Amino acid sequence: MRGLILSILFMLSSFFAYGQNMTVKGVVKDSKTGETLPGVNVIVKNSSRGDVTDFDGNYTIANVPKGAILVFSYLGYITKEVTVDNTTINVALDESAEKLDEVVVIGYGTQRKKEITGAVSVVSSQTIEDLKPTRIEQALQGQVAGVSITSTSGAPGAASNIRIRGISTNGNNNPLILLDGNVIEDLSVVNPSDIESINVLKDATAGIYGVRGANGVILITTKSGRKNTDYKIVFNSYVGFQETTRKIPLLNATEYAMLANEAFAANGQPLPFTNVTSLGQGTNWQDEVFETAPVSSADVTINKGTEKSTFSFGASFLTQDGIVGGDKANFNRRNIKFNFSTDILDNLKLTTSTIYTNTNSKGIIQNAIGSVLYNALNMPATTPVRDASGNFSTPPSIGVGIEVANPLAQVNDAHNRTWVNKFAGSYGLNYEYSEFLSAEARIQFNYATVQGNTFTPFIDYGAGNVFNNNNPSFNAFKDVYKDYTFDAFVKYERTFNDVHQVKALLGTSVFRSQGIRKENLSSINVSGTDLNSSGLNAAIIDNLALSNAPRQFFDSRLLSYFTRLQYSYDGKYLFSAVVRRDGSSNFGPKNKFGYFPTASLGWVVSNEDFLKDSNIINFMKVRASYGIIGNDRIPSFKFVSLVSGEGTYVFNDQLSYGTALGAISNPEIKWEKQKPLDIGLDIGLFDKVDITVDYFNKKTEDLLVDPQVSGILGSSAPGSGLPTINAGTVQNKGIEFSISYRDDIGEDFNFNVNYNFTTLENEVLFVGSDSGFLAGGSFGVGQEPPSRMEAGFPIGYFYGYRTNGIFQNQAEVDAHATQTNAAPGDLRFVDVNGDGVVDLNDKTYIGDPIADVTMGLNLSFNYKNFDFNMYAFASIGNEIVRNYERNQPLTNRPTYYLSRWTGEGTSNTFPRVTTGATGNTLFSDFYVEDGSFVRLQSVQLGYTLNEDKTQKVGFDKVRFYLSASNLFTLTKYQGYDPTTSNGAPIGGGIDLGFYPNPKTFLLGLNVNF
Amino acid sequence: MKKLNLKFLTGFIILLTITTSCSDDFVNVDPNSENSEDYFNSEADYQNALIGAYDLLQSTYVNVLLGEIASDNTLCGGENANDVIGFQEIDDMIHTPTNSNLRDLWGWMFAGVNRANYIMEFKDKTDFTGKEQVLAQARFLRAYYYFELVKWFGDVPLVVDKRLLFGDQFTVDRTPKAEVYAQIELDLIYAADNLPYMQAESGRITKGAAQALLGKAYLYQNKFDEAATVLENLILNGPYDLATTPSDIFELVDENNIESVFEVQYSEVEGAGFGCLQCSEGNVAVGFSGVRNYVGPTFSSGFSFNVPVQEVVDAFEPGDLRKDVAILDINAWATSTGATFGTGFEHTGYFNRKYLPRVRSANASGDRNLTNPNNYRAIRFADVLLMAAEAFNRSATANDTKAQTYLNRVRRRGFGDTMHDISLTGSALTDAIYHERRVELVGEGHRFFDLVRTGRAAQEINGFVSGKHELFPIPAIEIQLAGNRWAQNPNY
Repeated sequence: MRGLILSILFMLSSFFAYGQNMTVKGVVKDSKTGETLPGVNVIVKNSSRGDVTDFDGNYTIANVPKGAILVFSYLGYITKEVTVDNTTINVALDESAEKLDEVVVIGYGTQRKKEITGAVSVVSSQTIEDLKPTRIEQALQGQVAGVSITSTSGAPGAASNIRIRGISTNGNNNPLILLDGNVIEDLSVVNPSDIESINVLKDATAGIYGVRGANGVILITTKSGRKNTDYKIVFNSYVGFQETTRKIPLLNATEYAMLANEAFAANGQPLPFTNVTSLGQGTNWQDEVFETAPVSSADVTINKGTEKSTFSFGASFLTQDGIVGGDKANFNRRNIKFNFSTDILDNLKLTTSTIYTNTNSKGIIQNAIGSVLYNALNMPATTPVRDASGNFSTPPSIGVGIEVANPLAQVNDAHNRTWVNKFAGSYGLNYEYSEFLSAEARIQFNYATVQGNTFTPFIDYGAGNVFNNNNPSFNAFKDVYKDYTFDAFVKYERTFNDVHQVKALLGTSVFRSQGIRKENLSSINVSGTDLNSSGLNAAIIDNLALSNAPRQFFDSRLLSYFTRLQYSYDGKYLFSAVVRRDGSSNFGPKNKFGYFPTASLGWVVSNEDFLKDSNIINFMKVRASYGIIGNDRIPSFKFVSLVSGEGTYVFNDQLSYGTALGAISNPEIKWEKQKPLDIGLDIGLFDKVDITVDYFNKKTEDLLVDPQVSGILGSSAPGSGLPTINAGTVQNKGIEFSISYRDDIGEDFNFNVNYNFTTLENEVLFVGSDSGFLAGGSFGVGQEPPSRMEAGFPIGYFYGYRTNGIFQNQAEVDAHATQTNAAPGDLRFVDVNGDGVVDLNDKTYIGDPIADVTMGLNLSFNYKNFDFNMYAFASIGNEIVRNYERNQPLTNRPTYYLSRWTGEGTSNTFPRVTTGATGNTLFSDFYVEDGSFVRLQSVQLGYTLNEDKTQKVGFDKVRFYLSASNLFTLTKYQGYDPTTSNGAPIGGGIDLGFYPNPKTFLLGLNVNF
Repeated sequence: MKKLNLKFLTGFIILLTITTSCSDDFVNVDPNSENSEDYFNSEADYQNALIGAYDLLQSTYVNVLLGEIASDNTLCGGENANDVIGFQEIDDMIHTPTNSNLRDLWGWMFAGVNRANYIMEFKDKTDFTGKEQVLAQARFLRAYYYFELVKWFGDVPLVVDKRLLFGDQFTVDRTPKAEVYAQIELDLIYAADNLPYMQAESGRITKGAAQALLGKAYLYQNKFDEAATVLENLILNGPYDLATTPSDIFELVDENNIESVFEVQYSEVEGAGFGCLQCSEGNVAVGFSGVRNYVGPTFSSGFSFNVPVQEVVDAFEPGDLRKDVAILDINAWATSTGATFGTGFEHTGYFNRKYLPRVRSANASGDRNLTNPNNYRAIRFADVLLMAAEAFNRSATANDTKAQTYLNRVRRRGFGDTMHDISLTGSALTDAIYHERRVELVGEGHRFFDLVRTGRAAQEINGFVSGKHELFPIPAIEIQLAGNRWAQNPNY
């Protein structure tokens, strides 16, 4: 077949061959380095004939008519056209200083950055190499304007919250993430070294993804080989250690005991510590809990390309211990990737990518009342780590709350393991009918098996402790998550009369995602002391308390058709329009299908005559986009009433399992509609400075909320739930600004600075009803939810009492509105509604977890063999709730209590201590802190050995580097880490002793050969 | 160009072929569970739905706990003054319309009503032998949940034999209490007529339970003659009797004893969490009532809510065997057994011994504070006897002899002798019966409602305002969510 086509081509070409023809040869080199360039496309203009340069940059084309034009094109270089006047034409290509010739993935295709009409940000592989992230999210943090990353925890393998342009829904705010076109939810399975580029679609451009694009789209492309290249082997490795960035100053044993005595005395109770002088420093629980933990990684990539095919093979291994829990919080990842593509025919290309990932993670209890760090903060400093007989000690039996336990015992008793085996594949065929028309079909799939084992030993953390366990138990589960996406589309691209460039795309996409619980086993009263010795042996299986048959827990599907039309006139006026029709299984018959139109415009001002020759402005583009994008990410089957509730009762002393109605149904539900407006400006100055400014205003309407409904509907029954209705509007608006400046100073020194900031104003315009609100989160024990979504306020704002100093004396208490339990030394709550009584009606806005401004700064330079990179990011105007104090008579406390109120005039900030009834522990702005911060996230210094020396021993490049991440954070926040949040839209920003992101020091090596 | 068109066409045909294999039906996914409109196709469907209707009985733990806390028997307790603010408010007679615990109670009882009504809505769909018994149990449950609702809130929306669907909340009104009672009576009469005294499975509703609840509903309406009739019928014909001694009633081994006319069943084998207390198969009230940080024999620890006051301890006459069954004097207990414990908010030194957490079995699941297996003896035969005594005594045609007989039957068991028999008559006998109800039933959640229905609440409960506190406020948000059409209860 291939031979046949080639011979037809040959015949055709000889048919056209007439006149004075010649064979042209030559070498293509890099104009700057003089290195030969393999893989350059050389084409005779207006024909399909040409060649690709070989390993040494050589090309040969026979039968070229004199006066013909040869076009030399190569990714990352400026395309050059040369008229044939000689049989030898050697060409030196200039590297495109402008990043504008970069090709950007925009969904079902690529586009030159110059011609993009949407707000798209790119993170290049260079950035990823510079940052050496252990997770991909870290490569986005502070790098891309409009993208905010917070981590749910600093524990190894913990997930991050990625938010593009604010929080636009009360539901799932995660962007759609596509890895080589393949939907992925969990970025932890990807090895950052495999990434070629990350593109972020932030505006209506995401509309090509229709019902899933409302939270923005992140497109990740993995590395593949290059044609006509010999084996390229890249080896990267680093080893390092991590430690905590902060320990919260706590009272030592003496201070603690004196404070406890004061609190008991204030309530007229006998003093708990009669001899405080002998107590000394006591136990520093944080010193005991935090440790220095190792991290290491190694990966290897092998690339090769022939004339027709390329392949890239990569393998990696990462292992990371926790700074809390050490090996008990270990995360490790093995990853194998194989990309292969080949030209089956000249116009038929096969592209494949296959990734296997194995992750193993262990964990300790974190970010909860009674978690390890929470307890390190609350355990009395007077309690030793171990008792006289060498066992872990328990806290005092009274006065500390039943959740507080010895944190080291908790670490010791944590026996769990979760492991994931995942295959991901992406296989595509592209067929070119002609130079104008092509068709592509691809199938992508993920298949992941998630398994977990937990062994809970006998536990006694003290009388009545909630963690106590009399019956050692073993639990195991096995879940399978699988999905596939099938895409097929045709593309038509043609330029008419040299100026009218038209691109059209028509396609379809099918997506199905399923989750199946294969096994769920638990048995109690097992023997053994850890996971390994407690497995489900035959005897235990006989004793199984629960065993479920395989059960599918979701099956969501999408069926989509989409079309995109792009038109550009002379590279000056750009227009793009998209319509997508999506059918989602999450909606009922009435609203299954939706249409999502978006459009964008661009004007490349610098291509106009009046700017064409400007030495100052070498690029300028104005663009605007608007459209409607959807969000269907709600639980399945909320549109139909099912018998899916829980109906369990006890007859004859045995559980009887019946049936009951499930969640209240609403047949009318439909997708959320987001209407993003973006107006942007891109400017390039002096060939050195790039500026991008965007104004965005996106309104999300028809929010899918689960509002409070009348209790008479039975929604609070076991296994029932609230209906989902479309009732809410959220607006996010702001400005994004980014500037980069790069320059060479002399031969040996070049540098690059990037700075970006994003302002964000979030406001809920409507929820459920005019006076409606949704509440969430938790504060303290048994208190009302502290976070709300309510019209007129940012989503998830903190709702509590506003304070106005401390009551200094009884006269002030008497003069103030009636406040329950108020006494001198207590916080004075503002009587907001002025009715003379401080009660629930006086709760009000006391902060919100959404930053007003976020920014990032990236600085890198090369001097001779040295390279240096650093980046910092900042967040301004977000509040955090300090919720890691148990506030019990005998729990330990932070040192700010040393400046508490002890009598008139002593403090107007920190209330007195007492064991008696007090309103001081109620949720008020006393517990809300400014969470603004600046963090130096990464500093890296590298040294590359001289090439002439390394090449003699067979290495193209050998580089060593030292890197430090999360080196310091400037913040007023008293807790561990202002960058962590559970990410909940309502209930985020509440700190129960977040596992802090560690400070990491690495020594690394990159070798290319 | 012709060639191009041809290629275009072939390509497009291929594309269409691929996509039409996925028609729009692709996004119609069958749910895992049955559509509620297509259910009730077999006896099993009815039986299973009935279990679902029973399920909400377990959530009445909060009715019992709050009923006791609202009364003059106990203080709220807990860890501190802010621990479960809704409980604290009710103890202090500050019933705010935003009390989330009251809203729980409202929602859970209506959830039970809705589940019973779901069965009744489809009662004619499929026939099978014994369906009357299923319907009788469903109607008893509907009556039970509605009885709780009228006790707490007075007039409540009455919906019969159909589910409330999303949207219906904007059309239903509060039904006058009398009409709700009328439906309760109808349901219970049907249940009593169609159920046997003895069920094969313990925990099933019986004829006796229906008669007892009917008698109680009459009593709450001051229909003394009707109450006397049905309660006496039950006393004479039912299989029930008093347990030999008071100490044989509340221990785990004594569950579903001869005295239990209706008993809400709990189990400790399934785990539970604070996220869904109504989902627990255990008795949540028990863990909440437990002694804080308790280490010692017989009991296990809890959250120290619902602590009896000295006054109720002193209400027991000397020699009353029931005192030590009802009240745990923790200091005396600690001294005699070496047990240790912590003190919570409003510590009185006393605990509600009837429903304290006992030492747990090896099968106990966590969170153990929420999974205590203690069954709630909802209607005891002693209660039936005292209700009968009251009905005969307060009837327009009073029969104090019968009243004395039934009262003394309870007292003889309480004191273990006949020396404490009561021979009073008239209103003195009424007071004696009231007193007997207090000490016999302390800790079982009845006291507050007994005080209200007999008009004595204002004199007994600190902070009780006549004309207001007889009913609890309808949660304000419930009024709002039903379209702001319902009037709030008086004086809230």
